Amino acid sequence: MLMRVRNWLDERFGWDELTAPLRHKTVPMHKLSYWYFLGGITLFLFVIQVCTGILLLLYYRATANEAFESVQYIMTRVQFGWLVRSIHSWAANLMVFTAIAHMFSVLFLRAYRKPRELTWVSGMILLFLVMGFGFSGYLLPWNTLAFFATKVGTEIAGQVPLIGKHLVIFLRGGEEVTGATLTRFFGFHVAVLPGITTLLLLLHLAMVQKFGISVPPGVEEQWKANPAQARAMKFFPNFALRELMAWYIALGVLGALAALSPWGLGTKADPFAPAPAGIKPEWYFLFMFQTLKLIPAKIGPIDGEILGILVFSLAGAIWLLLPFFGGLGRGRAHRWILGLGFFAVAYMVTMTVYGYVAK
Amino acid sequence: MDTWRNKRLARGAWPFLAALLIAGLARAEQPNSCVECHSALDPPQQVTQEQFAQDIHTQKGLTCASCHGGDPTKSDLDAMSKSAGFRGKPARKDIPALCGKCHSDAAYMRQYNPSLRTDQFAQYQTSVHGKLLAKGDTKVAVCIDCHGVHGLRPASDTRSKVHPTNVAQTCSRCHADPAHMKGYSIPTDQYAGYSASVHHEALAVRGDLSAPTCTTCHGNHGAAPPGVGTVQNVCATCHVFQAQLFEKSPHKAAFQAASLPGCVTCHSNHRIAHPTDALLGTGAQSVCTNCHTSGDAGYEVADQFQQQIAHFETAVSNSDEILNRAESDGMEVSQPRLEQDQARDALTKARVTVHSFNMVRLQADILAGLKITDKTYQDGKAALSERDYRRKGLGISVFFIVVVLIGLRLYIRRIERGQSA
Repeated sequence: MLMRVRNWLDERFGWDELTAPLRHKTVPMHKLSYWYFLGGITLFLFVIQVCTGILLLLYYRATANEAFESVQYIMTRVQFGWLVRSIHSWAANLMVFTAIAHMFSVLFLRAYRKPRELTWVSGMILLFLVMGFGFSGYLLPWNTLAFFATKVGTEIAGQVPLIGKHLVIFLRGGEEVTGATLTRFFGFHVAVLPGITTLLLLLHLAMVQKFGISVPPGVEEQWKANPAQARAMKFFPNFALRELMAWYIALGVLGALAALSPWGLGTKADPFAPAPAGIKPEWYFLFMFQTLKLIPAKIGPIDGEILGILVFSLAGAIWLLLPFFGGLGRGRAHRWILGLGFFAVAYMVTMTVYGYVAK
Repeated sequence: MDTWRNKRLARGAWPFLAALLIAGLARAEQPNSCVECHSALDPPQQVTQEQFAQDIHTQKGLTCASCHGGDPTKSDLDAMSKSAGFRGKPARKDIPALCGKCHSDAAYMRQYNPSLRTDQFAQYQTSVHGKLLAKGDTKVAVCIDCHGVHGLRPASDTRSKVHPTNVAQTCSRCHADPAHMKGYSIPTDQYAGYSASVHHEALAVRGDLSAPTCTTCHGNHGAAPPGVGTVQNVCATCHVFQAQLFEKSPHKAAFQAASLPGCVTCHSNHRIAHPTDALLGTGAQSVCTNCHTSGDAGYEVADQFQQQIAHFETAVSNSDEILNRAESDGMEVSQPRLEQDQARDALTKARVTVHSFNMVRLQADILAGLKITDKTYQDGKAALSERDYRRKGLGISVFFIVVVLIGLRLYIRRIERGQSA
């Protein structure tokens, strides 16, 4: 039966020709091959987000008066609404984590090298978009924590020199965080960001397909010296089935998190209430938030917060274009990049932990 | 055209601005020989520059001469000459009238603060302080004893001696001093009692400025102890419902007949502790047993009151406990939590209804509250069974996921064996 369907498709669309690249694609096999699963897991979580997001859209209402109540309704009255919403929230966090881990794995395995510079750039932009999803989605339940975290987050954006004020008004839809901000964030979250992300994701996957999977330079040198050591597995079905196992594990983890620790709802946002003490952003923004908190108000003639934002913007731009610095000098530039990578991981972990511990 | 006119206007404004500047400088350089000399003297003649500058009267443009006469613009003894109208230090007996000269003049005071009362002196004359002063007792409090002198701040200033948070201490300076109060035959433990009271805790610890201090019950300028018959009215200014219920209760007539002073009979006066349910019933802390003894009807009712309230309180905490458990396990119980607030309100209402000393009314309130706690308890139980249902679902899902994983692993092994073969 399956063969008949395949033949039917082949006659009309040239199925064999279309799927030839997948059949011929191979994945290098070495002691670091496990890192190759991270990109696929991130993709799986993105698909989960799209599916659960569509289900949430059936009941969610993006107005300041109804948003909180609609999420409460989803959590308490809708059949398996609690499961869908908890998986959406947990998968969002796991996706940010796996996307960051994927980025660092590419960095440490030096997979950004020629000819994959643009694959890195598209991946970095995807990571920024994922964080944008997190920031815009956090406000949608319209609870107290989300409201004030958005207020603080957009205030920080307001410190950007020259365009800060316009940026805040663009993000908030006015001077303050109001129902207009919620509608706007909802628009970003369910239309603008998914559209851009899908296009960029297709481009990213096309480039991965085009350039194949990178082999770390150390392994590559060993294989060059001794070609008999070089090993690879077929992408389909060998690697794809293993990836499927990873997806199943991710699904199990998501189910366990949703059942044992359903995502909380908090209390409805009250724009006139004072901000709760110790308000903090989501964990993936915490290292930046904590850094901005620690910077003195004035550093020389420059406002400390503005300087912090400039440094983070510059670091983001450098990170985005990192593969292009690799061409400056052979081993030396790559060592610098590796050093920077280790420093970035240490800094992000330390500041995040400090952010959680600090009052 | 507009620009030309603006320039002309600007040119015309210069002489006016210059005149203002000169007037300002002249005012700033106005000498005050009183403060110059008195700041160098020792207390009690001393008036520091700082005290003078911070005094509300100075800030409003009054000078030393406004109260003491004389001419501060002259130097040395010329400033204090009779010809300059110098009156010197006012006698204590004359102070209320001196202050009242301005503070009782509504037309005069309007220019500084139109909403300020101008009946302080009239009230003072009706107070115990004012009456004793009129009889020649100069030990009693006059304006400056409470408000201070030289460096006097408005009552809204937290540093003022008459700011609500400082009033009790200000009164205690005389009323807690046995030596000072000797001869007045009133106790001196009011401040100690008040300091241990729920009212003091609300005011000083929680910073609730609406909480009562001495002047709230006794009056400030017209300070006098409330009479036995009027205590209830004083408490009723804040505790309205309790007073209304008490008014219609059987205790009202009984207390009157026994000359008992309403609220304070059970709650005390200055040392008013946080009321607990233990004040009811027939236990060791009960106040009911002060009058009721075993065997009388009131004794039985007191016991039932306490049991009913305790039963309701247990129901509220049982619901809280089960909802806490559900919430800590991640269940969404915000709706029953909201209803628990209503149950807590019902408990507060029942505690207020106690002041009617009417069992039927109390039971009606408690039943209404129990209806809420029954529902919230059931909601908590439902949340816990939903939690168990989810965990069972998770267990089954994990089992199938593990089965699929094992199946996949075996399948991969099989096809890879085939490939290598």
